[in-house]
Amino acid sequence: MTDHSPYRRIVSKLSRTLDLFRGTIPVLRKEAIHIRRDPMALFVTVLIPIIQMFTIGFAIDTNVRDTRTVLYDGAHTQESRRLIDRFVNSDDFIIVADVESEQALNDEIVAGRASVGIHIPADYSRRLLSGQTASFLVLVDGSDSSVASQSLNVANAIALRESLEKSLPVTAVSRSLPVEARPKILFNPDSRSANFLIPGMLAVLIQIMTVMLTALAIVRERERGTLEQLYMTPVKPLGLMIGKIIPYAIVAYAELSIMLFFMRWVFKIPISGSLTLLLLLVVPFLITMLGLGLLISTRAQSQQEAMQAAFGTMLPSIFLSGYIFPIDTMPLFFRGVSAILPTTYLIEIFRGIILRGAGIDALWKQTLILSIMGLVLITLSALRFRKRTS
Amino acid sequence: MSAINTDQLTVKFGDFTAVDRVSLSVEPGEIYGFLGPNGSGKTTLIKALCGLIKPAAGSGEVLGFDCARDADQIRERVGYMSQNFSLYQDLTVSENIDFYAGIYGLRGEHLRKRKADAIAMTHLDPYLDRRAGRLSGGWKQRLALACAFIHQPGLLFLDEPTAGIDPVARRDLWDLLFQLSGEGVTFFVTTHYMDEAERCGRVGYIYLSRLIANGPPEELKRIPAVSPPGTRRLEIVTNSTSSALAAIKRQPYAISATIFGQSIHLLMDRSISTERVEADLRKEGFESLQTREINPSLEDVFVTLTDSLKEERLD
Repeated sequence: MTDHSPYRRIVSKLSRTLDLFRGTIPVLRKEAIHIRRDPMALFVTVLIPIIQMFTIGFAIDTNVRDTRTVLYDGAHTQESRRLIDRFVNSDDFIIVADVESEQALNDEIVAGRASVGIHIPADYSRRLLSGQTASFLVLVDGSDSSVASQSLNVANAIALRESLEKSLPVTAVSRSLPVEARPKILFNPDSRSANFLIPGMLAVLIQIMTVMLTALAIVRERERGTLEQLYMTPVKPLGLMIGKIIPYAIVAYAELSIMLFFMRWVFKIPISGSLTLLLLLVVPFLITMLGLGLLISTRAQSQQEAMQAAFGTMLPSIFLSGYIFPIDTMPLFFRGVSAILPTTYLIEIFRGIILRGAGIDALWKQTLILSIMGLVLITLSALRFRKRTS
Repeated sequence: MSAINTDQLTVKFGDFTAVDRVSLSVEPGEIYGFLGPNGSGKTTLIKALCGLIKPAAGSGEVLGFDCARDADQIRERVGYMSQNFSLYQDLTVSENIDFYAGIYGLRGEHLRKRKADAIAMTHLDPYLDRRAGRLSGGWKQRLALACAFIHQPGLLFLDEPTAGIDPVARRDLWDLLFQLSGEGVTFFVTTHYMDEAERCGRVGYIYLSRLIANGPPEELKRIPAVSPPGTRRLEIVTNSTSSALAAIKRQPYAISATIFGQSIHLLMDRSISTERVEADLRKEGFESLQTREINPSLEDVFVTLTDSLKEERLD
């Protein structure tokens, strides 16, 4: 009997499997028309992340240079001037005002005209020459923590160097110190903030795009009543889901490529590792985010609700993923949160490949975690989606 | 084989019974009008028939398929047009049709032929490249019908297809339904318009989740609960309808009275003459009376039936 031939069985099994995806192609085609019909929306969706990239890339520099400094030199001696020169030459400080009283020094900082105040007391040289401990006062505006810590470090270093030079015998002709640390910063030799921030930013921006676009695409249909109409047709939940996801995955991918292009040629951040590997390892992340978008869409009743939910998932990803603030310094609880954020792992992958030239041997763990997350999330949302449909 | 056949079909949402033991059948080629107040279970019944909601009890068959088990086969063979125009506004007429054709798996020559037929049937050809959102209400409904009909279903569910469109477009759409029904297509139409209900081959009236009337309009008008033996119906036109209604209701021979537009429909004791009614009203000071005996309208039928059901519930 032909009915029992293995060929027939395979064909019928295949057609049954294919039937699960019924509607994928028409839905995909329709979604592509939606995107094309609203070029403004597409333009804005693609443009906003690029604008953000340029803003963040050019504007933010967490390296502290040229801190505005106010000076009250009470000594006016050769030694005090040498100390001031050391501050000025460090590149970290720029003297914006000379004042003649401690009160004035304080006022400048309170008024925000300077972040650091240096007060060299009148007895500075006298104490120094008589072998006593000479002190100078460094006032630091603690309201900006990175400026404060950098200023403190430099001030301490200058004081230390001054002390050492004083304590060494004058006969030591060479001005060199006995011990000197020679740090070599790997991978980002100029300590440019952009190199640190932009790879992380790519991850965050892709997340915003994918989650929001997928969630909105489905909620829009629910709002307009077309989803109800679709349920009455032979379209299968999986077909609807995949047909809706693919166009936005392509948009997200294109966006990533554009941003990588700008990163390389405008911000001059070379991709040390393999570009192919990078584009490949994004896939599990994209799946995770599309799943998240779908999950939101099964809950949200209106586009506004969907937007709020999408933004809600954004905030932890911005603050706890290591994008801006280092994870190592977070309290245990927040480290735990960051460990369940997919963004954390994509940022590690991006920084690894772009900055350190890492290969899959160094990044397999992150890839595995992301893949598992993606699989779980997409299955979960597909199940929920199905339940709502039938 | 009936196009639709339900037996004690019941749908529940938690504790709420949305469809309560509904038994009805719709014959092939028939236009079945389904009426009832909003929230009485009309759309829910359609969803259950399409297999979107599982019945809690009873059973339903659509085109010979069990609606609890064979939802896939049913959806393949029926068309559905929802109450609010729900096509894709930013897609053109042609693209909307293509989308639904794609969903039903139409391809190649077959697709071309079906599309041409659907367009010819609805006269949409001048608007093929227009965005659906820019069509007027009547044309939107035609497009929705073309999309619902693209796969040549034997049965079409139309959920308030004429809500919010102008009277001319409404008439045109009904002409189209009659034409298709003549070709053997079955329609299950929900509506709030009595004139549409009068045109249906048979009507059902659902109230508080229960089907309280089911049959051809003429037959429903003769059922004893609507026109009990020994009664007759008068239509009374007067200068002050609402106060006259109160006066009429006070008369000992009045069984029930309802306002219909400018007139009052009075169900009364058959033995009392029309002259007596007119005289009684003049005594109360109402002028310019026109009175004639009428058969109950479908609206009378539904009003009477819901009233008696309300009383039954109060007892």
